[in-house]
Amino acid sequence: MSKTVIVSGNFAAAYGAKLSRAAVVAAYPITPQTEVVEKIASLVADGEMDAQFVKVESEHSAMAACIAASNAGARAFTASSAHGLTLMHELLIWAAGARLPVVMVNINRAMGPPWSVWADHHDALAQKGTGQLQFFCESNQEVLDSVIMAYKICEGSDIMMPAMVVEDAFILSHTKEPVEIYDQELVDEFLPPYNPEYKLDVNRPFGFGSLGMPDWYMDFRYKMAEAMDKAVDRVEEVNKKFKEVFGRDHGGLIEEYKTDGVDVLIFTMGSISSTSKDVIDELRAEGHNIGLARLRTYRPFPAEKLRELTRNVNVVGVLDRSYTFGHMGDSAGEIKAALYGHKDLILKNYIVGLGGRDLTPKILKNIMLDTLSLQDKELDEEVEWVDLRINQERWRR
Amino acid sequence: MSKKEVFRIVIDPKDHRDVPLTWITDCPSYLMTKTGSWRTLRPIVDNEKCIKCGICWKFCPDVSIHVEEEGAVVDYEFCKGCGICAHECPVDAIIMEREDDHV
Repeated sequence: MSKTVIVSGNFAAAYGAKLSRAAVVAAYPITPQTEVVEKIASLVADGEMDAQFVKVESEHSAMAACIAASNAGARAFTASSAHGLTLMHELLIWAAGARLPVVMVNINRAMGPPWSVWADHHDALAQKGTGQLQFFCESNQEVLDSVIMAYKICEGSDIMMPAMVVEDAFILSHTKEPVEIYDQELVDEFLPPYNPEYKLDVNRPFGFGSLGMPDWYMDFRYKMAEAMDKAVDRVEEVNKKFKEVFGRDHGGLIEEYKTDGVDVLIFTMGSISSTSKDVIDELRAEGHNIGLARLRTYRPFPAEKLRELTRNVNVVGVLDRSYTFGHMGDSAGEIKAALYGHKDLILKNYIVGLGGRDLTPKILKNIMLDTLSLQDKELDEEVEWVDLRINQERWRR
Repeated sequence: MSKKEVFRIVIDPKDHRDVPLTWITDCPSYLMTKTGSWRTLRPIVDNEKCIKCGICWKFCPDVSIHVEEEGAVVDYEFCKGCGICAHECPVDAIIMEREDDHV
């Protein structure tokens, strides 16, 4: 029987790994992720979860252990945050190149200095080119569900890529919400055991990851690109299947919120989407024709879906909880690139909530009113930093 | 695994469609890429002196020397000539000679 419990996003991640029957969990603690692996360690110690819990000396080693476990044919799981995730960087790329469907949860936290432990997407977005599939979650339930779906997507024999499920520090990681823990049999039916074609086996030895000369390297990289392209459809298929089995739909590539026939569209990622939806309701009640699209899958980037969504939209506001220094917010840059040559519209990028700065309904409403105003006037700034000390008066009024 | 047992999963793959998802080989990579040609110095074993202690085998960083009935045997297809075996040999049974003297 399934049961609903009141748990943090961290515990939801741990239960996601348990329900997915992760057989090897290697991890190193870092705030605000620590609880994920602490919970898994206790589930294993109590005999509730049948897994090998490997204590390692760094996040680099955590992913290395997951890679080895996955190569041996075990379903592997880890979790990290910010500096831990970036220390893992080399191995994130290795896991993708080795075509190993390791699934990890990243609790996104700002990078130092200044030291911070609060929500910010810089850590995860800095890994967007590593070959990880990336899923940005809005609720604790979505974290649990996304872990199960990530294994299902990534273990497809034509995909075989690693994935990162992302949740916002504290806003999800340490906030308790009702989360349904599904019946194990139902999950087992949805997610069959991991059984890769090639694995470490003393009776059938292979060499993994040895030297590839220039006459072959590029062709193997192309195979990864092909898998990522296929993953676009697979995300939608698995999302649909998940809905059939478990009754929940988190939006697949992009979650649409009241987007039918809108003139203005707001793009968000992660937990700020919930507050933003309330603000959208408020603005719509006031007569504004505005909707919201939540970028849920960031890799593969849902370019095609994005073009469909914006076909009849004239103005777009993109909220980024990160900044790529020297350019703009990451998702704004990606959205612009996807639309170039397909759609001419006004796009304004808002840099918001870095290092956990709070995003109140009032600030979000002022942002959306600013976007709405672009229907009648010239674009003032392509990128604007919102709620800085120098402009707080404007955004908080 | 001896070299005789080695075979390739795919013989002469034409393009990326003929090979597994990633760089998987059915033998260690050193058997595919013979790296002995990098050598500038060549270890020469004097088996009259060799006491078959195995220290050279233990220290060789590339598993390119081992002890057989007649004494230490160098695998010149992979030995890169670092000279560690000669340095470690307790009875000075290995000397390093210039590779071009042996061409």
